[in-house]
Amino acid sequence: MNDVTNIAKTTAIEPSLGRAFMAMLGRDLTLAYRHRAQLANPLVFFTIVVSLFPLGLNPDPDLLRTIAPGVIWVAALLAAMLSLDSIFRSDFDDGTLEQILLSPHPLSLLVLAKTLAHWLITGLPLLLLAPVLGGLLDMSGEALGVLMITGALGTPILSLIGSIGVALTVGLRSGGGGVLLSLLVLPLYIPVLIFAANAVGNAAGGFEVTGQLAILGSLLALSVGLAPLAAAAALRISLN
Amino acid sequence: MLAWLHRLASPKRFHGLAGFFITWCGWGALVLFASGLYYSLFNSPPDYQQGESIRIMYIHVPAAWNSMFIYITMAIASLFVLVWRIKAAAAVARACAPLGAMFTFLALATGSLWGKPMWGAWWVWDARLTSELILLFLYLGFMALQSAIEDKDAAARAAGVLAIVGIINIPIIYYSVEWWNTLHQGATITLSEKPKMNTDMFISLILMSLAFKFYFVVAVLRKARNEMLEREQNSQWVKEMLGGSDERK
Repeated sequence: MNDVTNIAKTTAIEPSLGRAFMAMLGRDLTLAYRHRAQLANPLVFFTIVVSLFPLGLNPDPDLLRTIAPGVIWVAALLAAMLSLDSIFRSDFDDGTLEQILLSPHPLSLLVLAKTLAHWLITGLPLLLLAPVLGGLLDMSGEALGVLMITGALGTPILSLIGSIGVALTVGLRSGGGGVLLSLLVLPLYIPVLIFAANAVGNAAGGFEVTGQLAILGSLLALSVGLAPLAAAAALRISLN
Repeated sequence: MLAWLHRLASPKRFHGLAGFFITWCGWGALVLFASGLYYSLFNSPPDYQQGESIRIMYIHVPAAWNSMFIYITMAIASLFVLVWRIKAAAAVARACAPLGAMFTFLALATGSLWGKPMWGAWWVWDARLTSELILLFLYLGFMALQSAIEDKDAAARAAGVLAIVGIINIPIIYYSVEWWNTLHQGATITLSEKPKMNTDMFISLILMSLAFKFYFVVAVLRKARNEMLEREQNSQWVKEMLGGSDERK
């Protein structure tokens, strides 16, 4: 809170861009740390969704090994999506977001800081938990390694694309924001799902995966560069 | 240039201009549909492998081309909304979405009808089919966002951001059959080479796709023009145009 009010107050003596970025990042991480109990929710959700599949289908290890890449990625996608609202929601509710919009620094960079904080809070823990669940689904060591790489490349994309969706829907008063958000964001998530799950599946079969990883990497580069711009534009529209 | 653009896109000018295009493209579409349907149903040979089912292609391919073309139109119109806040562009973008969704659905449905006898399945999770399905979801998301935001100007701009972000899917659909070796065949017609198909088939396909394009122009302008009239109902020129006819009654 203090950092943001400082940013707003000190327009005369502008802090540098880097400091503003770090202040925003630090603020969001501190806020998340103060609500530690909520940090575990996406992880629990992720674990539950993955564990539904062996229960619902068949606990046969061969089957589980085949479906594991897709199941883990779909579950991670849903967990990331359900946590998206926290990027802007509380700031919108208490008016902080309007203060951020008034700051002299480029909004897209501050949005990037908030998105990075969101990834550190939800994406990174999901990434660290994924190999444990992969092990439970009887995945091989090689596939687990590729799963980690696709996760490292793919989960930031989920946060970045998601920030656009949340920025577009944050101003809506109707309670349907959650369903609408998934309608907007999931189609844009599909390419990540396809390439990531395909890479892990190929690794499990002993095939080449560099092509898929290169595409994921380029998607990440593209979304780091462009998603904050789109999210910033969307925020300005939502807050008007 | 900008002043010219704004004058051109002023609601009144747009109304007149759209009326002109609606009339002429409407007749064009009628003629093209008549000749295209005659060519594709009676005056083109059956395929040596696919037999008569090839005729599904004369609906399927133009619909698929339109599905991508309309998305690009919608994204460009959205760009005009975001950058220059042109009301006519907002009306065009809004009118594009249901039409685009319709053509996308038509492409998927006819593809499915063709796939059953040819591939032996209504649906396969092939790259081009999947990305076309994503396109349908993008259209639906655009419409859902438009209707969720009450303020029409904000809705047009918010949905515009979504349309421009989603345009990344267009090259993915277009090149999907070249990037991945999938069941769906590659492009038979390219701008740079001679078409690898029978001339009569080629003529039928070109006639049908032009007919689809003309139909799209007519439909989108009619929808956009009606929306402009509704939004501008309290402005002077609409009152003059409609009020004049009221007095004559």
